[in-house]
Amino acid sequence: MQNHYENAVYPSPFHSRQKQHNQLKEWSRWADYLSVPAYWCESMEYFAGRNACGVFDITPMVKHRVTGPDALPYLNRLMTRDVRKIKPGRVGYSVWCNEQGRVIDDGTIFHLAEGDYRICSQEHQIDWFMTNALGFDVTVAEDTHDVAGLALQGPTSCAVLKDMGLKGIENLTPFGLTTFDFEGTELMVSRTGFTGDLGYELWIDPEHAERLWDRLFEAGELRGIMAMGSDALELLRIEAGFILAGVDFLPAMEAVRPTHTRSPFELGLGWLVSFDKGIFNGRQALLEEKEKGSRYNLVKLDIDGNKPASQSYVYTPNKKFAGTVTSAMWSPSAKASIALASLEAPLGKPGEEFEVEIYYQRELKWSRVMAPARVVKDVFWDPPRKRQTPPADF
Amino acid sequence: MTDSSTIVIIGGGHNGLVCASYLAKAGKKVTVLEAAEQVGGAAATREFAPGFKASCAHLLYLLDEEISQELALEANGLSIAKSDLATIALAADGNHRTLTADGVEGVGLPAQDQAAYAEYRRFMSKFANIISGLHNSIPPRITQERGDLIQLGKLALKIRMLGQDDMREFLRIAGINIYDILKENFEDPLLQGALSLDAVLGAFSGPRSNNSVFTALHRMSGNNAGAAGAVSIPAGGMGAVTQALASAAAKAGAEIRISSPVRKILMDDMRVSGVELEDGEQIAAAAVVSNADPRTTIMDLLGARQVEASFARRINNIRAKGNAAKLHLALDGLPEFKGLSQAQLGERLLIAPSVEYVELAFNHCKYGEYSASPVAEITIPSIHDNSLAPEGKHVLSAIVQYAPRNLGAGWGEGKAAFTAIVMDLLAAYAPDIRDKTLSAELLTPEDLENEFRLQGGHWHHGEMSLDQFLMLRPVPKSAQYKTPVDGLYFCSAGCHPGGGIMGSAGKNAANALLGQ
Amino acid sequence: MTKKYDAIVIGAGHNGLTNGAYLAKAGLSTLMVEKNDYIGGATVSRELYKKDWKYSNCSYVCSLLRPEVYRSLNLAKYGLQVVPYGGSVTIAQNGDYIGHFVDPDVSRREVARHSLRDADATVRYDRDIMRQCRFIRQFLLRTPPDPTSFKPRDLLEMLHLGKEAMKLGEDLIYDTMRFYTMSIADFLEEYFENPLVRASHSGSGIIGSALGVMSPGTAYVLLHHAMGDVDGSMGAWGFARGGMGAISKAMHDCFTDHGGDTVAGSGVDRIIVKNGRAVGVALENGDEHYSDVVVSNMTLPRTFLECMDSRDLDDGFLKKVKNFKIRGSSGKLNIALDGAPNFTALEGHSELIRGDMHLIDSTERLERAYDDWKNGIWSQDPYIDMLIPSMTDPTMTPPGKHFMSVFVQYVPPKVNGKDWTDEQVQQFGQTVINQIEEYAPGFKDLILHMEVRTPRELESEVGLTEGNIFQGELTMDQLMFNRPIPGFAQYRGPVKGLYLCGSSNHPGGGVMAAPGANAAREILGDLRKTNTVPEGWLDD
Repeated sequence: MQNHYENAVYPSPFHSRQKQHNQLKEWSRWADYLSVPAYWCESMEYFAGRNACGVFDITPMVKHRVTGPDALPYLNRLMTRDVRKIKPGRVGYSVWCNEQGRVIDDGTIFHLAEGDYRICSQEHQIDWFMTNALGFDVTVAEDTHDVAGLALQGPTSCAVLKDMGLKGIENLTPFGLTTFDFEGTELMVSRTGFTGDLGYELWIDPEHAERLWDRLFEAGELRGIMAMGSDALELLRIEAGFILAGVDFLPAMEAVRPTHTRSPFELGLGWLVSFDKGIFNGRQALLEEKEKGSRYNLVKLDIDGNKPASQSYVYTPNKKFAGTVTSAMWSPSAKASIALASLEAPLGKPGEEFEVEIYYQRELKWSRVMAPARVVKDVFWDPPRKRQTPPADF
Repeated sequence: MTDSSTIVIIGGGHNGLVCASYLAKAGKKVTVLEAAEQVGGAAATREFAPGFKASCAHLLYLLDEEISQELALEANGLSIAKSDLATIALAADGNHRTLTADGVEGVGLPAQDQAAYAEYRRFMSKFANIISGLHNSIPPRITQERGDLIQLGKLALKIRMLGQDDMREFLRIAGINIYDILKENFEDPLLQGALSLDAVLGAFSGPRSNNSVFTALHRMSGNNAGAAGAVSIPAGGMGAVTQALASAAAKAGAEIRISSPVRKILMDDMRVSGVELEDGEQIAAAAVVSNADPRTTIMDLLGARQVEASFARRINNIRAKGNAAKLHLALDGLPEFKGLSQAQLGERLLIAPSVEYVELAFNHCKYGEYSASPVAEITIPSIHDNSLAPEGKHVLSAIVQYAPRNLGAGWGEGKAAFTAIVMDLLAAYAPDIRDKTLSAELLTPEDLENEFRLQGGHWHHGEMSLDQFLMLRPVPKSAQYKTPVDGLYFCSAGCHPGGGIMGSAGKNAANALLGQ
Repeated sequence: MTKKYDAIVIGAGHNGLTNGAYLAKAGLSTLMVEKNDYIGGATVSRELYKKDWKYSNCSYVCSLLRPEVYRSLNLAKYGLQVVPYGGSVTIAQNGDYIGHFVDPDVSRREVARHSLRDADATVRYDRDIMRQCRFIRQFLLRTPPDPTSFKPRDLLEMLHLGKEAMKLGEDLIYDTMRFYTMSIADFLEEYFENPLVRASHSGSGIIGSALGVMSPGTAYVLLHHAMGDVDGSMGAWGFARGGMGAISKAMHDCFTDHGGDTVAGSGVDRIIVKNGRAVGVALENGDEHYSDVVVSNMTLPRTFLECMDSRDLDDGFLKKVKNFKIRGSSGKLNIALDGAPNFTALEGHSELIRGDMHLIDSTERLERAYDDWKNGIWSQDPYIDMLIPSMTDPTMTPPGKHFMSVFVQYVPPKVNGKDWTDEQVQQFGQTVINQIEEYAPGFKDLILHMEVRTPRELESEVGLTEGNIFQGELTMDQLMFNRPIPGFAQYRGPVKGLYLCGSSNHPGGGVMAAPGANAAREILGDLRKTNTVPEGWLDD
């Protein structure tokens, strides 16, 4: 029982294959697991995701199983979203809040069957999820280590899965989930992802993890398949306008300074809050916020010039502090400097102009630029193929 | 289904009845639903052996004077059989100490202690007064809202008005334990023991537990006309108080239904819509006020799923570990206590020979055991009230500690063993007690839980301590009697100002509902 | 005729030294008088066994020492190095243990081994403790206001306190009120389900305290042990390289460097009071020293009951001093070892043996240890907090040998109401090493030399009344404006010219140096000198 301390992190079930692909020999930690920041080139891996397809290990995502007759009412009280609307065989994105209406975490709800759900989250949640079980006939368990997951993202992903023998996969609509027999075990596939493009997530028991990887790469060999690291994914998700816990918002359970947390409205996720479904955590506080107004707006900024605006302050045109950038990058697909920024409400309406204070370095010399920027409404990358069913082969 | 403008009160305990009276007086249509065959809850008088009656709560020390006036309890049949009982700290050798508001007496009592007792009564009464000033008001929240700030300011002002020396002393001792304070002031072990018992009666704490000064102050904080901490025995037992309250409520127009146990609180679109009885009958209501303890109310009757998880967790974490057992003896005549005259038998008798003894008795319950040498508060109310026992017979009523709700070995077998320990304890002071006993009943916290539906079997519906006081009672942000559920209110002793037969929680809850 | 000093500080413990250093730094001619022939008081390294074997005789770890003091007295320049040590472990009787590792992921996994839910709850727990730390830290280097006073200074400070409290927001205010009034056992129950996880957090709630884990008020004591930091890592603890004496040595060097004089080897017989003001001290050796400012770093009772004439003090004040709660509850074993002990549970885990090791497995067991103390004897099954500084600090022992510091809770100031006998002291020592032997077979054979400290020794050696390590218990009646006694929380005694700078004063003990610094600020203010004492650094 006592040698657990020797490893701070678990090798993923895909570890042997990751190791083969990992030319840079660099490893990072993600939750309980070892993860690869970049296999050989961040930029090439990024373009695999936008041009062909990339494979990303999502096993470290924290996974929970919620089962029992009260699973639905339990989740509906836990989540801000109306979980009744997520039918069996469907997946929904949601956030959950504390009683102050601040976001604890976000994640996806997989409705596997009547009274049977899987919740994937960014942070460990079992304490909060079990606290929520009080008074419900429901079983809540974390099963992170019992499920291996791979994301296959990019325009050729559907074709790869077809080639791998997943019959009818092309009929799966966005946010749908289905299962296949995979060498005698169940393979669950959902049309979901964190890249804002056509893509799938594959879920299997860890015993079959390596086989799945191998079969995917066999099938994808001619379609540009490539292992993708977390650095590339980071670029893909910002272009897609997805937020990340601990980066774009502070998870409320960790917040020593409660005012630093954000409500769903303050993250631009008001559409996930359903007041007409009955009681849920944070409802009272969020109702009050809706009446009184929010403190912040999370916006997408299109910034002039080519310098990434990481960790920048944002000012109004008359030089008053407006907020801070939470995520920023040069977008290779939009060919623009883009950012997510948290601005003080009511600032941040689409079209509104700001200036972003960017510090950048050229050959060890630091410079500062006040780059004009404007709030945009749409995400930076939103190709129609994301929604198209059946998808094209490329 | 009845008229939906009705306000339903769950539970006809004293706070439920008080609440009913005030609501009915304000013109509301009120129905009180009591599970038992008579109102009163733990403050009902019941027959425990043929011809012998007793009530679980046996002494009146906190009943609010303002409430008894406003509800005309006297006109409704309440009379006091004996007021201002002296407290006698029993000594095994018969050399007792007698404590009254005026002083303390006993052979061999150090003169120093007599003076110290007067000073102790002076400052403790003065500090208790701060608490009593809070009884009949809805606790403020700690916000920047004007109303809250004014109330908090008033409280601060009251503390300042104590004068510099007393204010310093108040701020020093309010958060600590009675053991230290007694050791600072007194030398006599019996006197220390008796005073310490007042600080821990009904509590999951020993004299050395911090907060016990607060519990002592709370006990002395009654608004009744007598001196601070004065105790009295109502004619007809504590049930007479609840009967008078029921009569007042009925006169005000409230309907009281007995034998109507509530199974659940009904909701309609996130609002309370009524209650359902055990027999399936549904009663519609504009609002429901629960005299059940907060945990029973939320976790059992309403259901945790109707509230946010944090609120459910807070309610579930309310500390309510009952520790007090109740002994009722049917006696064939008056027992003889060593060194006590017949007249003295009618006083309040304490078995708590020293503060160390009380602390040792407490040690056991920390580990799920009952005290090997318990402490007791004893009365023989039949001396003052012959309605409680047949001619020539008597009733002995005693609170016995410590008897934890969750006994490691379970109360199934523990009950007989603990009863024997208690009888031995009594026999050490009244050797003929066994011969005189016709019948004995010991109610453990588990019995109290089952009989009165008190989770944890705690007299006060939740430990009386600083972490569960004022705006923290029963839980923060619901200390204003209104729960987060629209139309649902608390009115039990689990709310401010807590336990003891006081009635203030009922009155305050009525005011909260009426929006005053 | 001896020289008249600007200030005399009684007691060269860390607070006296801090105080003296700030006064000397402000240009005051300052005399330090110390009863022992060594400086440092309870913050000391001593060679009691052989040369090159150092014992941190009393205090043994460092975290609370205010970084503001460290920096402004330039202690690094005077040779002080504080080195963090790795983690901690709580060993249970059944051979299992729970480790707190330096790496947060390993730590998380370790808690998850006992309870997955508790591993997650630890995030919430750490957050809530950190919130309390952040709130309290800002008051450490401030003089408490007198809530009964109408002086502008007190009113402003009360207002400040109120404002800071309000800044917490409603929910956190309630959390704070509950935190300060709950027992550590109840508090932990609200977070954790596993008994060993709870036990591992509970010890800090009763260290040095006359309370059990089930006594309300112990949650604060826990905070007192969590609010320190090493290099900004809050709650972390470290060793002073060379033992705790390195701290007092650096402070003393700073004091001397600024012109301070020291007289060691003779205790103060009495503080000389003339016409209602303190004018100097008379030493036991007959010497007298004069100054208009006399600062006592001694405990409150020692200052007023032993070193002053009761006729110079009023009865009400004396009564309050007599009622000051300063019951000792801790003992200490300093053990020289021939090699590293081998704890069965830690077989091969060198990382954990370098940290803080505790022997306990449930809050209930810890509470029973307290019951013994209440009954007037030392815990028969004591709570033990052990460290082997020589695992980290090469200066403590010759290579391969070890010094082990064993802190023991609970040990009463008197045994069954009577003074400790030498035999009982030895029996107590045996109780402790027998306990350790259970967990580390062969331990006894490694012992080369052992020093046993009960409250009796702590009092006679370093003047800690009743052996209380904090110079007064840390309960609500003796915190903030109540410390040491209401009305005297601003470092001034009842006699003009007399000041108090020991841990009996706000914010209490733990080698924090804050009372000494705060007192110096008050003194310099009274003398209208330029202040040399820093305010607390802002935590945002």
